[in-house]
Amino acid sequence: MAFKFSQENLDKVNEAIKRYPEKQAAVMPALWIAQEQNGWISNEVMHEVATILEISPEDVLGVVTFYTMYHQKPMGKFHLQVCTNVSCMLRGAYELYENVKKNLDIENMQVTTDQKFSLEEVECMGSCGTAPMIAVNEDYYENLSVEKLNKLIEDLKKSA
Amino acid sequence: MEKIVLPEIKDLHLIDIYLLNDGYTAAKKAFNQSPDDIIDQVKKSGLKGRGGAAFSAGLKWSFMPKTSSKPKYFCVNGDESEPGSFKDRQIFEFNPHQLIEGILITSFAIGAKVSYVYIRGEYHKWIRLFEKAVADAYQHGFVGESMKEKFGTDFYCDIFIHQGAGAYICGEESSLMNSIEGKRGYPRVKPPFPAQYGLWGCPTTVNNVETITNVPPIISKGWEWFSKIGEPKHPGTILFGMSGHVNKPGVYELPSGTLLTDLIYNYAGGVPGNKKILCVIPGGSSMPPLRGDQIEGVKMDAESLKAVGSAIGTGGVMVMDEDTDLVKVLARIAKFYYHESCGQCTPCREGTGWLLKILNRILRGEGSVNDLDLLISVANNIEGNTICALGDAAAWPVKFMVMRFRDYFEARVKKEVQLPVANKVHSMRNTAFPLSEINN
Repeated sequence: MAFKFSQENLDKVNEAIKRYPEKQAAVMPALWIAQEQNGWISNEVMHEVATILEISPEDVLGVVTFYTMYHQKPMGKFHLQVCTNVSCMLRGAYELYENVKKNLDIENMQVTTDQKFSLEEVECMGSCGTAPMIAVNEDYYENLSVEKLNKLIEDLKKSA
Repeated sequence: MEKIVLPEIKDLHLIDIYLLNDGYTAAKKAFNQSPDDIIDQVKKSGLKGRGGAAFSAGLKWSFMPKTSSKPKYFCVNGDESEPGSFKDRQIFEFNPHQLIEGILITSFAIGAKVSYVYIRGEYHKWIRLFEKAVADAYQHGFVGESMKEKFGTDFYCDIFIHQGAGAYICGEESSLMNSIEGKRGYPRVKPPFPAQYGLWGCPTTVNNVETITNVPPIISKGWEWFSKIGEPKHPGTILFGMSGHVNKPGVYELPSGTLLTDLIYNYAGGVPGNKKILCVIPGGSSMPPLRGDQIEGVKMDAESLKAVGSAIGTGGVMVMDEDTDLVKVLARIAKFYYHESCGQCTPCREGTGWLLKILNRILRGEGSVNDLDLLISVANNIEGNTICALGDAAAWPVKFMVMRFRDYFEARVKKEVQLPVANKVHSMRNTAFPLSEINN
């Protein structure tokens, strides 16, 4: 499926290009904008970004595969990121993680059949003082317990 | 106690409140002096980098060439991915304008016209908050070309935000620069150092967010004042991030040299259930861990921690109580570095995987005493043999945890090595146990 930036997003990409002396530097902002529009980074997205920035698609691929936050496949509407690093682990992150797995019946980096949820075990999110935590898409939910987490997932299931 | 980086003033993140509290007057004061004066004052203040290496900030700035045919750049490192570290987000949220003012002063001192603030990709909320603060500063004429008019100087500079996308390694300065250039975050071989060959081959300085937020008060209140706070060799306050098994986790701004036990018991409210402390990591997960019975009288500053065989790092203190499974903790730390190794250098790419594999074996109860020596040997082969410090960061926790908790780890492994062919003598070689211990 071909990918084109919407006019609004194309303006944003051009705005990003202006911030740097070389066009290539705008690859990360451009990919962020593309991911927001498309949901994930497909081959077509990479080709489009490469064309706009006048670099090879391989350069873009190298960046996409290096950084973990660019999704290389479609993720759920709610992408749940559970931090299991030490500070969170000491305060029960693995219970949360196992609980999400059981609750949604998916494993790490899998998507539920209704495309609503996906799960990712992530490294430290900088929320050690408010551990354990999960992030839903861009938002942090901190100081969680299994009960609070289940309530959150139920609320998300009901919404939309 | 006076707070320098995160003063307790309500709504300080709003530009109007910041201006009411003498905001942007330090920048004005700085622009009336020469860049060399500013560098000199920061050097004399003794301000050390807060990103982990505790290198003198003023000295770093002085490495920038005075004259250059190329443009100069300034990068602010807000990648903050060290496990146990969550201080920079407090600055973005509660005191962004002091950071912006610090960027203006630093840019002026090193002669940079453009600065990039690199913020980790996961910090969507804090990126938005900081973007708002920068937009407000632009609107009030404190940043950009209108600075000339506002401050009555010839100098002006721009501030841009660069959002990361989930890579711990981008907190390393040369990798951060590659990331800004739109490349994979591979660390570069040094030398050349960033001051000679940084962003797009131009002279560049990279400083941590907390370091730069300390700059405006140094200029407005003077370097003498700053140099008298806390430990003389590592002056100022430090944002300590308390996490793990403490009653009141969070960020505490305290003078350097505060006792570690004070931090844990007085400020962070002690250990839940009054349990004993088994282990403390004093500066984020890459720093050598300390035994619980080793922390009495330990001061939290670069020099004092070095003396007890650890380091201040980012000031992220992780506390583990006596019921903690240290093997599990260490395996989780090893997993982190295995995941985050960029893959450039063989010792780190392969070694981190080996560390994880061996630790998982011990965790499954299949480890032998040989594995403990193997862990230290692998760690020693990574340390110092890589382009960047991630190799050391992966090696230190493993090496020092196994060395300092040898008894703990020995209790978790089999005393004998299982070999395909039973050979007691060979199986006991290279272990901590002397051959005389063999019974038959």
